[in-house]
Amino acid sequence: MRATRWVGAFVLSLLFAAPALAADAIKIGAVLSVTGPASFLGEPEKNTLLMLQDQLNAKGGINGQQVEVIVYDDESDVNKAVMAARKLLDQDNVSVVIGPSISGNTLAIAKFFAAAEVPLVSCAAAEKIVHPVNPWVFNTPQLDRHAVSRILLDAKAKGYAKLAILTVSDGYGQAGRAVLKELVPAQGFSLVADEVYGPKDTDMTAQLTKIKGAAPDAIICWGTNPGPAVVARNRAQLGLTTPLYMSHGVASNKFIELAGEAAEGLILPAGRLVAVEQLSADHPQKQALEAYVADYAKAFNAPISSFGGYAHDAFKLVIQAIAQGTSAKSADIRDNLEKIAAFPATTGVYTYTPEDHNGLNEEAFIMVTIEKGTWKVTQ
Amino acid sequence: MDPSTLLQYLVTGLTLGSTYGLTALGFTIIFNTTGVINFAQGEFVMLGGMMSVSFMAALGLPEPAAVVLAVIGATLIGALVERLAIRPVRHCPPINLIIITIGVSILIRGLAMLVWGKDTHALEPFSGSAPILVLGAAIMPQTLWVLGVSLVLLSGLKLFFSATIHGKAMLACSYDAKAASLVGIGVPRMVRLSFMISALVGAVGGVLLAPITLTSFDVGVMLGLKGFAACILGGLGNPFGAAAGGIILGVLESLGAGFVSSAYKDALAFVILLVLLFVKPSGLFGRKDFKRV
Amino acid sequence: MRWLAGLFFLLMTVPLILPNNYYLTVLILCCLHAMNAVGLCLLVGHAGQISLGHAGFHGLGAYASAYLSTTVGLSVGWSMLAAVGLTAVVSALVGLPSLKLKGHYLAMATLGFGIILSILFTETVDITGGPAGFVGIPRLSLFGWELTRDIALYRFVVVILCVMVWLSFNLIHSRLGRALRALHTSEKAAQAMGVDIANHKLFVFVLSAVFSAASGSIYAHYLTFIAPASFGFTFSVELIVMVVLGGMVSIPGAIVGAFFITVLPEFLRAFENVEILLFGLILILSMMFMPDGLAGGWNRLWAWIAARAKGAAHG
Repeated sequence: MRATRWVGAFVLSLLFAAPALAADAIKIGAVLSVTGPASFLGEPEKNTLLMLQDQLNAKGGINGQQVEVIVYDDESDVNKAVMAARKLLDQDNVSVVIGPSISGNTLAIAKFFAAAEVPLVSCAAAEKIVHPVNPWVFNTPQLDRHAVSRILLDAKAKGYAKLAILTVSDGYGQAGRAVLKELVPAQGFSLVADEVYGPKDTDMTAQLTKIKGAAPDAIICWGTNPGPAVVARNRAQLGLTTPLYMSHGVASNKFIELAGEAAEGLILPAGRLVAVEQLSADHPQKQALEAYVADYAKAFNAPISSFGGYAHDAFKLVIQAIAQGTSAKSADIRDNLEKIAAFPATTGVYTYTPEDHNGLNEEAFIMVTIEKGTWKVTQ
Repeated sequence: MDPSTLLQYLVTGLTLGSTYGLTALGFTIIFNTTGVINFAQGEFVMLGGMMSVSFMAALGLPEPAAVVLAVIGATLIGALVERLAIRPVRHCPPINLIIITIGVSILIRGLAMLVWGKDTHALEPFSGSAPILVLGAAIMPQTLWVLGVSLVLLSGLKLFFSATIHGKAMLACSYDAKAASLVGIGVPRMVRLSFMISALVGAVGGVLLAPITLTSFDVGVMLGLKGFAACILGGLGNPFGAAAGGIILGVLESLGAGFVSSAYKDALAFVILLVLLFVKPSGLFGRKDFKRV
Repeated sequence: MRWLAGLFFLLMTVPLILPNNYYLTVLILCCLHAMNAVGLCLLVGHAGQISLGHAGFHGLGAYASAYLSTTVGLSVGWSMLAAVGLTAVVSALVGLPSLKLKGHYLAMATLGFGIILSILFTETVDITGGPAGFVGIPRLSLFGWELTRDIALYRFVVVILCVMVWLSFNLIHSRLGRALRALHTSEKAAQAMGVDIANHKLFVFVLSAVFSAASGSIYAHYLTFIAPASFGFTFSVELIVMVVLGGMVSIPGAIVGAFFITVLPEFLRAFENVEILLFGLILILSMMFMPDGLAGGWNRLWAWIAARAKGAAHG
């Protein structure tokens, strides 16, 4: 019976582990990858949410109610995301949930939210999250499709015909690769090489050598740090002069720091966060962006990343939905999210409809070139 | 097939392979003294790279000084690991020791994440980043550094194990710790020494590799796995086997990516490793295992 | 065997006092991990063969079952049976040459095989859905009996776990079990006594793979979503840690180890960045102070307290 005693002790201690929560605050849950391989997304997202919570509560909350953000770390792991989501729904009884940071975890927990009738505003980009539309699931990042369209528009303008792609074999790279393989031929380009690299790989010279043999007019690399920095460095080392496009997954100063001189001349689609100061004063996003950049710098002694912006926008959209509807009930938040129109935030200007739970279009991207170690807006 | 392309694949394989080989060397030293595979070896490599980066950034030291300090620091950590985590349990069965080294690797990684954060960092190459062109293939000066230092380390170890009293004593410990202590060898001291040397070798590796591979708190995981594979491929306990195993693994991966498929390059390398193990269970250069009944 | 009946009774009645579904989710995952740990306990603890690749078998069970029930359109029950059967065949094919290897070489072979499987899960995007995951797996239902509610699924999981434990117990106390122990102590001596080493080892290897695959296929039909990251090297190591924490040879210990490792992160959730550090520390400390696992540590703590109490009574 010794084993049963143990099991019993565990279960009992589980029972008493439920944290006590403030009764009358609006509870906003968050499942974020604060640690693990996707921590570069989850950490700034968590910082942002807690910062916005304090800001809002200092101003007296929303409709006279304080908000309470409950962040659980899913460690970039599906099982932990499932347990975190269940805890938020069953035990913390939150009104709405922000996150997860990565697409796989979002897809894994999405069905719970439809069943529990609680809205989920994801910070992950995969198209499967919002197509087909799940009435209870929204997301804030730009879709990969929009980024690819911007790159191909630029490539067409420059007269390129043969393209090579080099993508990372994780969720982000796989989604990008699928869209690239669909749109590159559809827009009249020929795809001459399709190479991949592992998320932990440290040398992509072999792939680039193979691509070099296929003689493309330009290369499109799809990944998040540090892989693309290695690709940029290897390209320089091989003396390759073929133009290299990156994805919006590296649109942070960290990339320029890692790639060093090899970053010069690279072109990528990015959110406007990387070049706030180059934005015209009357741009609808100017105010939101400047406020976020200033606040984040003041609150955390850390460089800002556009990934934190996904959580920022999710939070602001949820608050906007509550403000519009005067109620913080889950069903009302959901209904009012769908009524949000032309709402400027850091990533873009959102218009949610019952058919569109992403709310953005190609306009959320600008094309930037890396020049002298900084971002230069080209389109 | 363009000969310069083939040459480029080989050079790439050599660069990759030397990173695995350097990690594998560290495994060999501890294995040779204790018979234990130290799964925290990858973390020593990480410590070398990350400490150099942080000494340069935090103390404003020039690169050479930071590198030397980092290697000394990692060596001390190696001694600390032995004292705190290995010595108290030296009489446990190997599986417990292996679990402990896995625990140590998780602990060091966790500490590194707390101290240095989750970001990736770059270290400047020692002799610039202008590639040397040989028959159309680009070779990075840093690759030459890695290969050169690996060779020096290898010959040093060879000399140490075959010509010095400490080296021979360490080897004796691995054959039979009890017998070794009977003939007057201070086994615990030898074990500590082996941890220090392998941490030193690992850290030197980490310092040399950081300019090529970039570095972050979690680079040790993959390097540890590949280093272990290189060890097994070359035959456990043989430093030359470990280095050669690393190079072979790297070249296999690079050729696999070039000629077969970049998606399956790691799988290909492991398939070949498995087939080899099944055909020659003691590795390419390993001595045949004999065991007491 | 009384404790097995007790365990069954306890696991079956616990949900009656659970306040909500969150605890049920945790319990289901605990039981699924325990299935892996029980099989691995037979392999590592009783047959003395290490495997660093069992996450691969867990994943093979999950992916095969998901593929058969979703893409091929087989019923869930048949898919699960076929997935377990497939894993049995694969594990036999791998085990045959691998189990000739010893110690670190066997560890490498199983590790390598696990990595190859996890690369296959990641790269065969058309079959597995790739790194983004396999979506839309049907919920568990067995030949017309649908387990729509979590509680029904939980009871099913408990039954399967207890059947596995019962099988394992009978195995340990059978002729084969004695042969295995002989094999663990000294392979050569066992061979000299006429024990058919190769077949015994292979049998336990396949059995443990079957337990893992069964757990994997239930997991797939419970979550209705799987991704390759769940079946990598880290999970293989976690499984070994569960068994070692349980004291290697103890099946109840393996179950406790599985529950402990699964529940621990839920308790450490508040610590976030320190969690990984604490996990490492717990591993090291438990190996140092409880080398025979949680069960052994509990016994010694008990003996120590008893001795103290006795001493106090005398003093």
